Amino acid sequence: MASLWEYANPLKFMRTTDRLLPVVAWAAVIVTAVGLIWGFFFTPDDFRQGSTVKIIFLHVPSALMAINAWIMMLVASLIWLIRRHHVSALAAKAAAPVGVIMTLIGLITGAVWGQPMWGTWWAWDPRLTSFLILFLFYLGYIALWAAIDDPDTAADLTAVLCLVGSVFALLSRYAAFFWSQGLHQGASLSVAPGTRIDWAYKAPLYVSMTGFGLIFLALVIAGTRTEIRARRMKALVARERMA
Amino acid sequence: MTLRVHDLTCARGGLPVLEGVSFTLAPGKALILRGPNGCGKTTLLRTIAGLQPSIAGEIEAPADSIAYAAHADGIKAVLSVTENLQFWAETFGTASVEAAIDRMKLRALATRPAQTLSAGQKRRLGLARLLVTGRPIWALDEPTVSLDTDSVALFAGVVRAHLEQGGMALIATHIDLGLPEAQVLELGTYKARLPEEGAGGFDEAFL
Amino acid sequence: MRALLLRDLRLAIRAGGGFGLGLAFFLILAVLVPLGVGPEPDTLALIAPGILWVGALLACLLSLDRIFALDFEDGSLDLLATAPVPLEAVVSIKALAHWITTGLPLVLVSPVLGLLLFLPAEAYGWLILSLLLGTPALSVIGSFGAALTVGLKRGGLLLSLLVLPLYIPTLVFGAEVVSRGAQGLTVGTPLSLLAGITAGAVALLPFASALVLRINLR
Repeated sequence: MASLWEYANPLKFMRTTDRLLPVVAWAAVIVTAVGLIWGFFFTPDDFRQGSTVKIIFLHVPSALMAINAWIMMLVASLIWLIRRHHVSALAAKAAAPVGVIMTLIGLITGAVWGQPMWGTWWAWDPRLTSFLILFLFYLGYIALWAAIDDPDTAADLTAVLCLVGSVFALLSRYAAFFWSQGLHQGASLSVAPGTRIDWAYKAPLYVSMTGFGLIFLALVIAGTRTEIRARRMKALVARERMA
Repeated sequence: MTLRVHDLTCARGGLPVLEGVSFTLAPGKALILRGPNGCGKTTLLRTIAGLQPSIAGEIEAPADSIAYAAHADGIKAVLSVTENLQFWAETFGTASVEAAIDRMKLRALATRPAQTLSAGQKRRLGLARLLVTGRPIWALDEPTVSLDTDSVALFAGVVRAHLEQGGMALIATHIDLGLPEAQVLELGTYKARLPEEGAGGFDEAFL
Repeated sequence: MRALLLRDLRLAIRAGGGFGLGLAFFLILAVLVPLGVGPEPDTLALIAPGILWVGALLACLLSLDRIFALDFEDGSLDLLATAPVPLEAVVSIKALAHWITTGLPLVLVSPVLGLLLFLPAEAYGWLILSLLLGTPALSVIGSFGAALTVGLKRGGLLLSLLVLPLYIPTLVFGAEVVSRGAQGLTVGTPLSLLAGITAGAVALLPFASALVLRINLR
């Protein structure tokens, strides 16, 4: 069986994703559309929250992806530091802007949801606060990538920042919970028996979560392909100069 | 105690600049690295000094034996000449700076803050640092920049004395140092070739 | 090692700015806040712990870029990296020197600024203790940020963007100790968490900083 690491070869990666990307992109569009339309138009209103509750179909998937994107960056950074596969470093770079947008969507939909429910756009609630902090960590990571010219140095430094940042992001989250017990309801999907959310909501929620996952995947693949092409262009220019 | 470099490939900014560099430096010998600007003299010296990893090949040298001196001398402007040297002597675990001050003719300047020195005097202070490191192998990058002819001769004398005590010197320079006994390595002949376009492999696709 | 510490301290004293700048900034902040917020003692007393901690944080940030940048420019860092001292130790010593020239003076003047901000009497001890425990973490975390940005021409702004989020846990627990102390509550939990963060940062971050420095020297 071919080793998984073969996909770390840029050529192999480009060839594979050439066929994969359209499939993933279309699947992302279709699944997300199904999830959102189902969630927005074919679910009953909540007896307490009314139709406001339906923003959950945007809020929860984007929040989930915001965290998943960071975890993906962490794994990709580790792979880069240990195995020195360029595709891995470039995938981490490509995931950051997607993660930051997901974080923003999560924050904005949270504010829109919070306005009618709590009567305020913003509250220094631990969940909201730790999301805002995650947003700051994303900004720092992206800014460091942008500031360094040499691509390998940038990959190394951002990878270490991602590792250290992950530890401090976790500490910050813990600190935020310590610091304020907030308004936010508990986790929307509980694994415990006797779930609080009805299947009428849960099913479309799972569908839109899958859709957001596919959107994330498609954007990261597209972004990585762009980064690979940019690296290749740089290399070609360097080759010209040396010849 | 020899410095042995075997089939070394080193890179600058991710691109290989030199490949297949091999030489042996025995005690009491000096090797002068020559080549046009940008051919990789500084890169080679930094790689040998351990400041950057090599791409391929081996560098055999006893641990903690190389003293590196670059264009920047690492001089602190607000410290005096003696204080500057004293710091490096303590960092490298050697005792006295007096001999080095005398050797580089810095006695008259010893208590002056380094910011009042001329460029050439600073350079002499930077080279005096080599003496206080107590290390046998000197890796020098353009050591004679901004030195006058007398100081170049002084420097050549110091290098020769170092060699006579069994030291070694690896010097990248364009000018004649007055060290006729030194061997010369033309780095132009080791210019790295890029891998073939599209030649398989993993990350070669980027080069 | 001792030589490096003495040299850094000597440089900070002679070149000026090392001791003075951070302290002056801290003082200005403690003057500006009442001017902006108003002179009511109750309001000021309420926000004093947070203001003092945020002030210490920002004052610390001011001098961070000097930790490595000067040594990088004049070539000392290359020479230190080839010296028979581990780079991890160099990083730790430099963070210590930064703490002595910036963090420690902040701790010492903080009671005076507490006076300006009507900090309740019970909180003074906790203020000093929390700053004493927390500022070393600020220096060590800051030296990591400084190592990341050492090769960059205009690293100052980026340095703040990278370091300030890393300061959040220290800030939260540090300020919490003081405000709980001011209300006469028990401070054991935040105090031990603060100490834990400092201990962890001092023990582990120098390895990351040294790694990052080696990458930047390459």
